[in-house]
Amino acid sequence: MSNKKHIKMTVNGEEQEFLAEPRELLIHTLRERLNITGPHIGCETSHCGACTVTLNGKSVKSCTVFVAQADGADITTIEGLGNPDSLHVLQESFKEHHGLQCGFCTPGMITRASKLLEENPNPTEEDVRFGMAGNICRCTGYQNIVKSILAAASEMNAAKEAAE
Amino acid sequence: MNKELTREERADALGGMGCKRKRVEDARFTQGKGNYVDDIKLPGMLQGDFVRSPYAHAKIVSIDASAALALDGVVAVLTAEDLAPLGLHWMPTLAGDKQMVLADGKVLFQGQEVAFVVAKDRYIAADAVELVEVEYEELPVLTDPFAAMESDVVLREDLLGEGGSLPDGAHGPRKHHNHIFTWEVGEKDATEQVLQEADVVAEEMVYYHRTHPCPLETCGCVASMDKVNGKLTLHGTFQAPHAIRTVVSLISGIEEHNIRVISPDIGGGFGNKVGAYPGYVCSVVASIVTGVPVKWVEDRMENLMTTAFARDYWMKGKISATKEGKITGLWCHTTADHGGFDACADPTKFPAGFMNICTGSYDIPTAYLAVDGVYTNKAPGGVSYRCSFRVTEAAYFIERMIEILAIELNMDAAELRRINFIKKEQFPYQSALGWEYDSGDYHTAWDKALKAVDYDGLRAEQAQRVEDYKAGKTRKLMGIGLTHFTEIVGAGPVKNCDILGLGMFDSCEIRIHPTGSAIARLGTISQGQGHATTFAQILATEIGLPADSITIEEGDTDTAPYGLGTYGSRSTPVAGAATAMAGRKIRAKAQMIAAYLLEVHDDDVEFDVDRFVVKGAPEKFKTMKEIAFAAYNQAIPGIEPGLEAVSYYDPPNMTYPFGAYVCVMDIDVDTGVTEIRRFYALDDCGTRINPMIIEGQVHGGLTEALAVALGQEIAYDDMGNVKTGTLMDFFLPTAWEVPNYETDHTVTPSPHHPIGAKGVGESPHVGGVPCFSNAVNDAFRAFGLRHTHMPHDHWRIWKTANGLGLHG
Repeated sequence: MSNKKHIKMTVNGEEQEFLAEPRELLIHTLRERLNITGPHIGCETSHCGACTVTLNGKSVKSCTVFVAQADGADITTIEGLGNPDSLHVLQESFKEHHGLQCGFCTPGMITRASKLLEENPNPTEEDVRFGMAGNICRCTGYQNIVKSILAAASEMNAAKEAAE
Repeated sequence: MNKELTREERADALGGMGCKRKRVEDARFTQGKGNYVDDIKLPGMLQGDFVRSPYAHAKIVSIDASAALALDGVVAVLTAEDLAPLGLHWMPTLAGDKQMVLADGKVLFQGQEVAFVVAKDRYIAADAVELVEVEYEELPVLTDPFAAMESDVVLREDLLGEGGSLPDGAHGPRKHHNHIFTWEVGEKDATEQVLQEADVVAEEMVYYHRTHPCPLETCGCVASMDKVNGKLTLHGTFQAPHAIRTVVSLISGIEEHNIRVISPDIGGGFGNKVGAYPGYVCSVVASIVTGVPVKWVEDRMENLMTTAFARDYWMKGKISATKEGKITGLWCHTTADHGGFDACADPTKFPAGFMNICTGSYDIPTAYLAVDGVYTNKAPGGVSYRCSFRVTEAAYFIERMIEILAIELNMDAAELRRINFIKKEQFPYQSALGWEYDSGDYHTAWDKALKAVDYDGLRAEQAQRVEDYKAGKTRKLMGIGLTHFTEIVGAGPVKNCDILGLGMFDSCEIRIHPTGSAIARLGTISQGQGHATTFAQILATEIGLPADSITIEEGDTDTAPYGLGTYGSRSTPVAGAATAMAGRKIRAKAQMIAAYLLEVHDDDVEFDVDRFVVKGAPEKFKTMKEIAFAAYNQAIPGIEPGLEAVSYYDPPNMTYPFGAYVCVMDIDVDTGVTEIRRFYALDDCGTRINPMIIEGQVHGGLTEALAVALGQEIAYDDMGNVKTGTLMDFFLPTAWEVPNYETDHTVTPSPHHPIGAKGVGESPHVGGVPCFSNAVNDAFRAFGLRHTHMPHDHWRIWKTANGLGLHG
């Protein structure tokens, strides 16, 4: 019963090519096929956002995307945002402002926040709360997550100004 | 370079207790490098998945797995018949009952485990689940505990004696075939007499609905039986890894030294991950049968429907007072819905947990509590969702009863609390229901809270709002939610606290390395609390080595000392105490080494932040770093080499954190929509180890409280179908629904804890739920409302407003 499809995608800058059943979910492709375990599975119904990745420039819940839909896509996960020698501003900011506890939502949360700040580099607190409403956290009550994102926005803007 | 540091600078350099140390856990979590159970991948690993019952009560007529077994990639399908020869088709619960691992002839709740499919991957396993044919014969369904206690329908035939008799259960005599236990505390007759003679008695049924802890990561495990060496390794989302090892050993017959349980990073627990679930047993059996590792991770629907509900207490209360408002007595009868099996996670001697903390923060001279546990066709569980055992139920009950009494007395609810608080000088305080409260200063906390929010100003604003509403100027009412809660955490003294016979002490083992760094291992396990950060802070202060030089490790039963795990806010009260005590043992040996090196008597040196100094001659000293090295390279007469210590701490008492909360809420009468304008939370958790982490815990606990009070529930229809099995129906607040909280504190150390700490993780949940609920109820007080049940979602609030005639 081989109905496997030839899939090509770019994940965190690396080209990937493989055969997969079209029904395979992107989150399983990432976690089990490619061993990219930063994105997590929290609900499998698009509600919690623990599996959030950036797909072709948009925040996407990878638990409800078939791998066939992601054929040819350019995907970024938490692993592609920064590395130990050069963390993303948001990664630093979440540490600095205690924006995480158990850490399970954090990769999806930071990945989503990185996109949000691209879309809106000067968000208000309300913008952040609305823009992050697709990502659930059970530990922090969001107060320090919002603080982390607003602080990261200021820092990124300051860095941009300094560079100009 | 050579500048002498001051004492304060040396203390600051340690990063010890009281500082806002950044978390050491965060580097891996922010980079997606956590290691959670579903991240574990072992060679040849198979995937397990359950066939579950669609019915809440049914006979199993037949199970046909042939089509599933014929599917390519399916390795095995286990049923109760396969487990029975091993005696593993049933397992003991934490509450002294037993529970089916796989359906043995019948099912008792929707979603119950019927068969376990083992396949090459999760897709094949899911396909195979669909192919297992199970024939059911429906039986009458009981979802109401009061009806269950009257019904002829027997849920648990396995518990009947000869001729249908009712042998005693784990907690004494049973009154009916669907009855589990009666637990009584306090003085029944005396309380009833006080009620009879009282000026005023307020009476109410307070229902605390069924809900679920719902951590973002569901429960799961990877079982790996190494048949060559006879060793079983079980990775899993366990809040109590050592207890799990003991349970696995007892039920499997594998000797405990051949079992290694590992809790990797855990994506939140909140009580969901305390129990032992059929998935663990089936994975172990499947690994033994197949000889390869087997993973089982539940999906969200399975999590909400089957593993560990919380609450579901019907609390009938009576509270009496003089006409001046002095409380004279409290009476409570609780009907506890435990579902199909009694799998509550409570200490053995407390079948209703610490529900007898329900006298709360008040000096109530006479009280009586009775709890009846009842079987129904709902999922088993009864865990403590972000609280110590049934403490949230108790706090909700008393804080609602106080509000209702205030209505009855026509008194201000803040004043009623104030005149009934246990006074500072009454501690240690012996409560009417048997607890000895260790310390408290309720009046100071209360006054600080009321002043911070300008309580009188709020009441004036609220009165004006009522006028405006009546004049047709607004459709929004204003509620002021008050709560003063007292928790009981840190279970607990071995003399009265055990789970499955295991005393509820905890432990810490420390090894100091020659270069002055250290590793400490504990019997607890962090699930987001930041133990690796805070326990290192305790040690830094105790042993004078920098927190950054101390690794904290938990969760591996092969390396960590035995302990009962993390739940019920017990980590700091119990394992934190063990950590301090083990640190003091290190210090005692270090003192002898220092004295030897300084060539003085042991008594002539004293500890000073990060060193031992010669008394009266502070320029003569040996730093802890120097002492550590000496412990490994000096032959010191009478002292063994090395610098290690272990402490098993049996707490002499529980700890009693408390807090004063105020919530200001606007409610739209026409839509039922609530808006939290302000939430002020004052917590007194005794000595504060890391204020940053405490605040984070408070924000999180309050948000879980908001969820429970304002919408979250596990609801069933009359057929026993779960109506809230996905995150579409089960309310988890997002950043959009959650306010910013104001945090505050007072510090009343615990007198019996080595560092005076009481624990904080669960306080905001325990105090938050009644505070949100009181705000909703208070908004309608001026219109004649006494009490309305949670969860206060928009629809229920609209119905309340409608019932009060507020829609014209």
